[in-house]
Amino acid sequence: MVEFNLPANSKIKGGTTHKAAAGAKNVRDFKVYRYDPDSGENPRVDTYEVDMDECGPMVLDALIKIKNEIDPTVTFRRSCREGICGSCAMNIDGTNTLACTKACDEVKGDVKIYPLPHLEVVKDLVGDLTNFYAQYASIKPWLVAQTPAPPDGERLQSEAERKEIDGLYECILCACCSTACPSYWWNSDRYLGPAVLLQAYRWLVDSRDEDQGERLDNLEDPFRLYRCHTIMNCTNTCPKGLNPAKAIAEIKKMMVARQV
Amino acid sequence: MTEGSLRTPLAKVRGLGSAKNGTHHFWLQRLTALALVPLTIWFAFSVASLATADFPTVLAWMRSPLSAVLMLSFLLAGFWHMKLGLQVVIEDYVHGEWRKITCLILNNLISIFLALTATLAVLKMLLGG
Repeated sequence: MVEFNLPANSKIKGGTTHKAAAGAKNVRDFKVYRYDPDSGENPRVDTYEVDMDECGPMVLDALIKIKNEIDPTVTFRRSCREGICGSCAMNIDGTNTLACTKACDEVKGDVKIYPLPHLEVVKDLVGDLTNFYAQYASIKPWLVAQTPAPPDGERLQSEAERKEIDGLYECILCACCSTACPSYWWNSDRYLGPAVLLQAYRWLVDSRDEDQGERLDNLEDPFRLYRCHTIMNCTNTCPKGLNPAKAIAEIKKMMVARQV
Repeated sequence: MTEGSLRTPLAKVRGLGSAKNGTHHFWLQRLTALALVPLTIWFAFSVASLATADFPTVLAWMRSPLSAVLMLSFLLAGFWHMKLGLQVVIEDYVHGEWRKITCLILNNLISIFLALTATLAVLKMLLGG
């Protein structure tokens, strides 16, 4: 059965508090999930007092300040710091989002930071995305066409055809949506999840692609596609403002369209 | 993921391949849901209007072909929809292979049994002496 309780070795124990320097006036508490599977210890939540007068506005700024100045063992992914790489996806204040585009001011009270839900934790805020990336690879996220490209130029689209992939090509594969989806929590071994299905749809509606039927065949499955029950967590949480639930509904419409 | 397996992540994801179905189930669930909207309203109004009626009145009502066919449609669409919905719940939440298969079998058999029982009750009222 689905497990609703954490296993004993995953239960969160109390952590340590790192005090801000004396004289700091604008102090904010950051409560950060800490877990090191190699240590054999349970996860804990450490509290870091951060002087916001000496810190940038975003949650990622605070995390980098904590790592640089308070505790170098805090582990997280980050790269572009402007919402385009998807590396710093984590659960902040109960919602999956990007630490680099989430302002500390948007959070009321303590800033609680956890890894993306329902992933194996590699360390602290870093979840294991191996399965997620393999699922992405399984939908063949590249142009498939028998017709060779014109020898003297690129494959052309009309303006209207190009518009079809607006709201899809912007996906940065941060995994916020997939790890917010209860269906993905319970069945991520077989259900592809919102991010990968949005990407699948991105290729299904690309006018240059010639593999539409095969792509639909690959998704025609009670688990790969139809575990989506339109819960909408994906759309609510997407830090890029995209709508994976709609993309999935469009795939279902295509499935019906080729049968009736 | 299976501990100790050296299969690649992509091999695990591709698994046994696409089942090549799912749309039929999805379509039937929507179709039965659509049918149940008017049928349930009709059923609720009928039951309410017969709430204080005696048995011969109910029997006479049920013996009208329109009532009987609507009642049968309501029951069959309802049990069919129930079977389809419960199947999804089981597939979502019951993960042990044997437990899942047992639940799916019971869901099918019990749904068919209940649908047949209800159908028989309507037919008995419609045709019985």
